[in-house]
Amino acid sequence: MCNTCGCTITPANQYLLYRPVEQQHTLSVLNHLLAENNAQAAHNRAHFDAHGVLALNLMSSPGAGKTALLEATIAALRDEMRIAVIEGDLETENDAERIRAQGVPAVQITTGTACHLDAHMVHGALHQIDLDRIDIVFIENVGNLVCPASFDLGQHRNVVLLSVTEGDDKPAKYPVMFRAADLVLLTKTDLLPHLDDFDPAQAERCLRRLANPAPLWPLSSKKMTGLEPWLNWLRGHARKASAPAPAHSGVELSSTLNHA
Amino acid sequence: MHELSICQSLIRQIEALARQHRAQAITRVTLQIGPLSGVAPELLEQAFRVARKGTLAETARMVTWRAPIRVRCEQCGKESAAMINHLTCARCGDGHTQLISGNEMQLVSVELLGGGHTLPSNGNQEDTAYV
Repeated sequence: MCNTCGCTITPANQYLLYRPVEQQHTLSVLNHLLAENNAQAAHNRAHFDAHGVLALNLMSSPGAGKTALLEATIAALRDEMRIAVIEGDLETENDAERIRAQGVPAVQITTGTACHLDAHMVHGALHQIDLDRIDIVFIENVGNLVCPASFDLGQHRNVVLLSVTEGDDKPAKYPVMFRAADLVLLTKTDLLPHLDDFDPAQAERCLRRLANPAPLWPLSSKKMTGLEPWLNWLRGHARKASAPAPAHSGVELSSTLNHA
Repeated sequence: MHELSICQSLIRQIEALARQHRAQAITRVTLQIGPLSGVAPELLEQAFRVARKGTLAETARMVTWRAPIRVRCEQCGKESAAMINHLTCARCGDGHTQLISGNEMQLVSVELLGGGHTLPSNGNQEDTAYV
């Protein structure tokens, strides 16, 4: 074998011989890093729109009362609206079982180690729900005030819960999440008389500093108090979602999340 | 650690680009990240070192440009720098502002090595030695 007569060249290595001079070149791209997720989210949203379904992404820290809010909401709207729930948790079917106990279809997504839901997971769950028989789909995201804010799921609106057992400066500490909120619900307000260090006005000031005009409404799911503004908001948005779609209605309802 | 899933999505995107341009490797990835994107550039760079293993971007360098936070006031029209949790107008204090920069999460460019010819279908790309 030598380097002069060509006896070292085989069909498997001959392409190395004809390789042009190596050079680097730069391609301009300007694409969103989550382009894949966002395309899937747009597909999900089109799916909701085609069925006249309102899709809401419920986000909060763990234990802020997302499932309790859903239980109270289902109890209050049972006779007027058809509700389905997609539950996101790292493990267990517990939350979906709580929702099913209310007589409402629930699909549990267990993310394993992932700290958020993404549009592909939601798409998988969507196909287990008969959207023709549903008015509102609640997507209860993994309890986390950081990661879920970066992933569009195809929802129409983001609802963020802040419980009074957390700090009233949470909007200042987690600005990405609270800036994306279309509605903020102050939960567990029945506990306010026992807490001297949570000031609802301070929570609202922190939210307004994020230049977010979203309503902030106090309520208690446990005592079923303060629910009316929230229920009316749901009725109004569900009506809008189910109205025959004029062209571009999807744009008007689209979430503000992730439109970098 | 959502930065790892973001990196995996990024790798799929840049590998597709590299294949499309028949490049042998990706040597540099340039991103623009704004603080309001919810992504920490340092964590993204760490995650990239894990996610790039065994891909065309195995030896790629990640460069992140930080985007500043800027808002434009809808009341007085002033454009000003803002802080991540203080996005009201710096001049008149009004809360009706539009974010004009600061939530970017973009792939700006990729630098590719080689390209312009097709590797044989049975060729193992990871074994290509530069002769």
